[in-house]
Amino acid sequence: MADLIIAEPAATLSRAGRYQRQDRYFQWLTGGFALFVLLLLGGIVLSILDGAWPALRQFGFGFLVTETWNPVTEKFGALAPIFGTLVTSIIAMLVGVPLGFGIALFLTERCPPVLKRPLGIAVELLAGIPSIIYGIWGLFVLAPFLQHHVQPFLIDTLGELPWIGALFQGPPYGIGVLTAGLILGIMVLPFITAITRDVFDTVPPLLRESAYGLGCTTWEVVWNVVLPYTRAGVVGGIMLGLGRALGETMAVTFVIGNAHRISGSLLAPGTTISAAIANEFTEATGDLYTSSLIALGLLLFVITFGVLTAARLMLRHLERRRGA
Amino acid sequence: MGIMSRFLAAPVLAALVGFGIAGVAPAADISGAGATFPYPVYAKWADSYKKETGTGLNYQSIGSGGGIKQIKAKTVTFGASDAPLKEEELKQDALVQWPMIMGGAVPAINVPGLNPGELTLDGPTLARIYLGEITKWNDPAIAALNKGVKLPNTAIAVVYRSDGSGTNFLFTNYLSKVSKDFEGKVGAAASVQWPTGIGAKGNEGVANMVKQTAGAIGYVEYAYVKQNHMNYAGLINPAGKKVQPEAKSFQAAAANADWAHTPGYAVILTNQPGAESWPITGASFILMHEKVEDPAAAAEALKFFDWAYKKGGKEAEALDYVPMPASVADMVRKTWAEHIKDANGKPVHAG
Repeated sequence: MADLIIAEPAATLSRAGRYQRQDRYFQWLTGGFALFVLLLLGGIVLSILDGAWPALRQFGFGFLVTETWNPVTEKFGALAPIFGTLVTSIIAMLVGVPLGFGIALFLTERCPPVLKRPLGIAVELLAGIPSIIYGIWGLFVLAPFLQHHVQPFLIDTLGELPWIGALFQGPPYGIGVLTAGLILGIMVLPFITAITRDVFDTVPPLLRESAYGLGCTTWEVVWNVVLPYTRAGVVGGIMLGLGRALGETMAVTFVIGNAHRISGSLLAPGTTISAAIANEFTEATGDLYTSSLIALGLLLFVITFGVLTAARLMLRHLERRRGA
Repeated sequence: MGIMSRFLAAPVLAALVGFGIAGVAPAADISGAGATFPYPVYAKWADSYKKETGTGLNYQSIGSGGGIKQIKAKTVTFGASDAPLKEEELKQDALVQWPMIMGGAVPAINVPGLNPGELTLDGPTLARIYLGEITKWNDPAIAALNKGVKLPNTAIAVVYRSDGSGTNFLFTNYLSKVSKDFEGKVGAAASVQWPTGIGAKGNEGVANMVKQTAGAIGYVEYAYVKQNHMNYAGLINPAGKKVQPEAKSFQAAAANADWAHTPGYAVILTNQPGAESWPITGASFILMHEKVEDPAAAAEALKFFDWAYKKGGKEAEALDYVPMPASVADMVRKTWAEHIKDANGKPVHAG
């Protein structure tokens, strides 16, 4: 190599200069791509704010705490969709997180190698099903099943109990907040499962085997070794699932019953932010009506942003505690 | 730079070529956007019209609200709306409006033991069901209308259409006309705040929900009831006669309407007079500008509508829509000649 440099100093130098320039262009290019995302996000936020402004100016803070949603009198409040969005997402997490965790644990810790791939692929395929298919399946298959077999049972048993009985009142329509939550739970399952499985796989075998060598049970290995090691990834997977649950539109629209009402019962119809927008945007004619729907979109944006921020803060808190 | 420019050139070129191709889309297509309710029949007409004349139609069924916005913004040659615009709104944007096709909404029911059409309801009773005031099928108000029919002691499960739609508009418009109470508490619009019941998405959602739930009542477009062999209720019209939903009762409602004296043909065909009129009938409307910017495109569109009035009737009936009566079509043609003009004030449609 040294010979080469001495032999052709000018050529080498010019080549080095060219590489340097290319590096610079490459940085500009990739930096430009990253900046583009920021610009896009900023543009979307601005246009949503602009669209939502008439409604926000008209209703002010009352928009957040009013249940009325009346296109005829043009009185709009977002309380029912906010409530529905949060409740369905909570149900989805109650279903999706334990199931997803269990599957991921089984796949990484206990699964016979023969089953590992088919099961993993099956879970990932769930993620590939378009949400409209979940909606149609929910409406034509799951809802009638719940209506005839599950909900009457819930009403007769849990519905009779004090306190939580209030959650299971009313006629069994089949569709409603509970059905929407269950569908969402199934929809977020592959995200949570795939990510937790992947991060569980990153635990060094040495750590795991040492723990087993010390005589730990599988449960102890998972709780004391695997989970602490993969905390950030697991929280990330759950947040991704939650993000999907909050914003999911089509499947929910089919099975939630689409009523701008807040009911104490999970069997009653409700609505979510995205379902309300999907249902009503096409035929919304008045300016205030359209603006209120856009304001709903803004709220969803704020809620999702809040959830992501909370997750970040929680992670940082966890890291700091572990570091201390 | 050599590598970089080669790197960039390919995708940029591809993008440019792509835009170029999109830019020279066949200019002859008629462009329109709006209501979803008439979409199947417009699509069918477009297909036949293209075979006959070679001119295609690009109709985007984005909803009436979207159609009105697009025609006001002049991005399409015509807009389509299920609910007619009021005279002031037409004047404000210098729009011409006319009815193109009709249909009707029918109360679909699921009451065990009843044959289709055996049950009869009237407007005020239907309104009270949708207000949540009548909750059982054997309520005295329903029994009084159905002497000799055995009504079960089943709870009524009220189903409404959750997405904004022309069907909602017709149904709530009818209930508002027959019940002051409904008008005050709910009102008429493409989507309203229902005091009771469960919302299902689209005709198919409502139809499915009604079929699945014993004791349910909903309302769907006529075609849905007919094609799915659903159970339905007959209605008592303003003339006090019991009518069944069928092509002739929809046409009767249209024939009895006062088209000639209503500006913008803004007749809402609910609760029309006449012994045979089905009370929840409605027309879907087309909107165009009075002074068109592209006379050639407007002329093509009007030629298509003229053809649809003349030859589209059979196809519309096959899809369970109701064609406009010939007398109304003649009035509309006169309107075109008088009101839709190019920049020089010359009528666009040759007649």
